[in-house]
Amino acid sequence: MTVQIRQAEGSLPDDNGHFGPYGGRFVAETLMVPLRELQEAYDKYLSDDDFLNELDEDLRQFVGRPSPLYLAERWTAQLGGAQIYLKREDLNHTGAHKVNNTVGQALLAKRMGKTRIIAETGAGQHGVATATVAARLGLKCVVYMGAVDIARQAINVYRMKLLGAEVVSVESGSKTLKDALNEAMRDWVTNIDDTFYIIGTVAGPHPYPAMVRDFQAIIGREARTQILDQAGRLPDALVACVGGGSNAIGLFYPFLDDKDVAIYGVEAAGEGLETGHHAAPLCVGRPGVLHGNRTYLMEDDNGQIIETHSISAGLDYPGVGPEHAWLKDEGRAQYVAITDDEALSAFHNLTRVEGIMPALESSHALAYAGKLASTMDREQIIVVNLSGRGDKDIHTVAALEGIKV
Amino acid sequence: MSRIENCFTKLKIEGRKALIPYVTAGDPEPALTVPLMHAMVAAGADIIELGVPFSDPMADGPVIQRAAERALEHGTSLRDVLAMVAEFRQRDTGTPVVLMGYLNPVEVMGYETFAKAAAEAGVDGVLSVDLPPEEAHDLLVALRGYDVDPIFLLAPTTDDIRIEKICAVASGYVYYVALKGVTGAGGLDVQSVTDKLAQIRHHTDLPVGVGFGIKDADSAAAVANVADAVVVGSALVKKIEQNAGQSDKITQEITDVLARMRAAMDT
Repeated sequence: MTVQIRQAEGSLPDDNGHFGPYGGRFVAETLMVPLRELQEAYDKYLSDDDFLNELDEDLRQFVGRPSPLYLAERWTAQLGGAQIYLKREDLNHTGAHKVNNTVGQALLAKRMGKTRIIAETGAGQHGVATATVAARLGLKCVVYMGAVDIARQAINVYRMKLLGAEVVSVESGSKTLKDALNEAMRDWVTNIDDTFYIIGTVAGPHPYPAMVRDFQAIIGREARTQILDQAGRLPDALVACVGGGSNAIGLFYPFLDDKDVAIYGVEAAGEGLETGHHAAPLCVGRPGVLHGNRTYLMEDDNGQIIETHSISAGLDYPGVGPEHAWLKDEGRAQYVAITDDEALSAFHNLTRVEGIMPALESSHALAYAGKLASTMDREQIIVVNLSGRGDKDIHTVAALEGIKV
Repeated sequence: MSRIENCFTKLKIEGRKALIPYVTAGDPEPALTVPLMHAMVAAGADIIELGVPFSDPMADGPVIQRAAERALEHGTSLRDVLAMVAEFRQRDTGTPVVLMGYLNPVEVMGYETFAKAAAEAGVDGVLSVDLPPEEAHDLLVALRGYDVDPIFLLAPTTDDIRIEKICAVASGYVYYVALKGVTGAGGLDVQSVTDKLAQIRHHTDLPVGVGFGIKDADSAAAVANVADAVVVGSALVKKIEQNAGQSDKITQEITDVLARMRAAMDT
């Protein structure tokens, strides 16, 4: 069966990649024609039955979709409020939602005749998901990763190497995800003839925010069908963590027209929004232009991007996908923030109560869902995107407790 | 007539090509920038491209990335850069100055505020690396309101449709990026540059500058044979990095490089 990926005509972005004032294509001239070619190829394959069927087959047989929608009964009882369902993206191959997108973009790369794949990564999940599909398709793969992130995500670095990828340590700027993205862009501009850049989140120049969203929207399509089947109705609220925002938009997008479903995106409050040590551009940042699109940013009064902080490397990014900026301004989604401590507490709680160890990124969504559920009735329903598994984070958690694993 | 137009008209009469050095403002320290600008003019520069440092210079190679980092360590802001241009103008009212950088500092200041402040400081052109004409409408309106030239890049990947579109909104000159890559990359292919310039000139009468990959007097002279202007950046910024802390030596080495290029271009 062929799936319909994009929603109805007239939906955003417009032809130039704009979500209201956000998004667009702010890149050096060298990339403008390659981006147009990418967009043309993507538009073509978006309605190509062979492509969509192959994608569907890969998502089932290689990724392991559909992922379950799990009612967390003990946790719900503990909270004494709304019923919480977890969309189990942690059960995907490679352990997170990232692979939904890399499978899609890699198929596109192959169709476009590209032989070399590059990617940026923060926590390493997108890098692993990219190295995985590159290995499967026999494509050369180079992953850019900040030197700081390489130090704190050693296991994922080794996983990428085992998969045959070259991991390049990025020493410029703050040596984290944003700098890895800069370096991947520099590689792409130099090697555009044979190279396909798989961006891991719903940011970057058009068509990336729309394309990554479309590949991730399978999360929300499945969840919508599953909740109707399992609970007999739509949820009252959706909750997902937002770094760049790909898992969140993947869950939210198919529910945008369901006006009675409240939508919450959870940013990283780090050590607290008032401390300045956080990664919450939607909550306390302002609009600007970075990495090819206009969106909310963490920046100083002179327009320089400032360093972010989060316990979770995957949320440690000073920008956010432009569609989230638009949903915020439109009031369709609300954006809130959860501190490192609250996320850690949620990590431990879900592990103990449900036997599910969540990623620290996803733990931000869980922490907010816990707060929200307590204020709601027992008949109400919250769907939380459990975007990844927590195995990659056990060193971080152990170190905080003074334990060397 | 704008300073840039005046400059190219004069050079054309003299049968010479423009030499355009790039340095990042505030590198290695803000106090050196204005004296360095004057020294570069004395060594034969016709137009100065002054880099506005940005935290995330996506189109720059390591040399200019580090220059931006050094400048930002001194807190060099867009307002500081405008103040440097104003100071330069106290002694030099003729040499055009073009600001080159990324959009976000301009976006945060506000297009109208920026355009007015730039014109008042004596800025002649603005090149925002990450701003293609498709996204440039509002800034173009602001810049034109103050007679500041919007300078745009053309690349090896730019096709006829885009050359037409870009040249329709550009003024002053257009800047051809001679290779696919970032600033400071190697491998200048003069024949491919020659071919592309012919394609570009089919669409515009604007002067065409060429940059990326020009390292020494020989490559400057080769490009000057086919282009209206030669832009040199990383080769100069490297001298700043190699002589950190020695202002006199930095100035000396940069003016030496420019003087050799000037001589090679004029013979």
